[in-house]
Amino acid sequence: MANKTSQPTIRLEILRYDPEKDSAPRYQSYEVPFQEEWVVLDAINHIKDQIDGTLTHRWSCRMGVCGSCGMMVNGVAKLGCSAFLRDYYPNPIRVEPLAHFPIIRDLVVQLDGFMAKLQSVQPWIIRKEEKPVEQGEYLQSPAQHARYKDFSMCINCLLCYAACPVTELEPHFLGPAAIALAQRYNLDSRDEGREIRQETVSSHIGIWQCTLVGECSVVCPKHVDPAGAIQQAKLASTMDWYKELLWPWGGKR
Amino acid sequence: MAKSNEPIWWSLFSAGGVVAALLIPVHIFLTGIAGPLGWLPPEAFDYARLQALLSHPITRLYCFVLISLPLFHGAHRIRFTLVDLGIRGVDMLLAVVCYGAAIAGTLVTAGILWNF
Repeated sequence: MANKTSQPTIRLEILRYDPEKDSAPRYQSYEVPFQEEWVVLDAINHIKDQIDGTLTHRWSCRMGVCGSCGMMVNGVAKLGCSAFLRDYYPNPIRVEPLAHFPIIRDLVVQLDGFMAKLQSVQPWIIRKEEKPVEQGEYLQSPAQHARYKDFSMCINCLLCYAACPVTELEPHFLGPAAIALAQRYNLDSRDEGREIRQETVSSHIGIWQCTLVGECSVVCPKHVDPAGAIQQAKLASTMDWYKELLWPWGGKR
Repeated sequence: MAKSNEPIWWSLFSAGGVVAALLIPVHIFLTGIAGPLGWLPPEAFDYARLQALLSHPITRLYCFVLISLPLFHGAHRIRFTLVDLGIRGVDMLLAVVCYGAAIAGTLVTAGILWNF
């Protein structure tokens, strides 16, 4: 810790809420040392360790890999570990839990809804028939890998859900990350499960809720481009629709 | 889960978006700017000339596409803009009004071009 007398400080206004005790969320201000190299997560950890142990937040890796520390920083969905204090100093920083999720406590939100949505699109490789292990691995060329690589970078940090206005208006919407991951497996040359995923992905709670606002892709810390994934899925579903209309005897896709 | 009929509206919306982005500006430029400012020869918008042009079926088909598809584009955009603005729970009514207007515009366009 730097010399306290000359240390400049920055104020964090953090949303505090314990649904079991508080009738409504409130903001609590904390003055923390301003350090050039500190991110918002460092400041929150400092508060938790030095000022107020009751503050509750999620974090793990501190390096934009684990996706645990998603939060609203001045109203924008960000990873706490990637939002530098110096980009806000000397103004105060308002920190809130991820928007559009129920609050469990303070900055910790309820992920069950998302987990159910994620499972519903079955984001894993589905084979009509598994080949025996002795027959070796499923080979894939670099070009086949490149088709879905970007969509596979998702760390489930849920910034895209907090940024998506459709998620706010339509809580049942599968949402950007779940659809991007469905598309990731649909594009995988080893996968044969697209038809199964279509049941959910192209339903009324799936891709057709999206109005291509594009904020999901703006806030994504891993450059997954969920909006692009949804557009691809819309085009593919539309082709299916016309194919079925014009060629109904052609059997299932 | 219920199969969605959105693909038909979305495909008309997409096709209309292409027309609205690529072709409409050309026509705005020609008939709205270049013509009135006298950048084109005076006979360019001569009535008899345009009538002759429109008498060809391909020109009529072109005009039909040029007018109809952007109507569906606009209808879809208005529908979802209203939803985003918070008009909820009247999905069917919104869809009927928006796409109904586009269908009506398409029919009128087809009628005029057919009888031209």
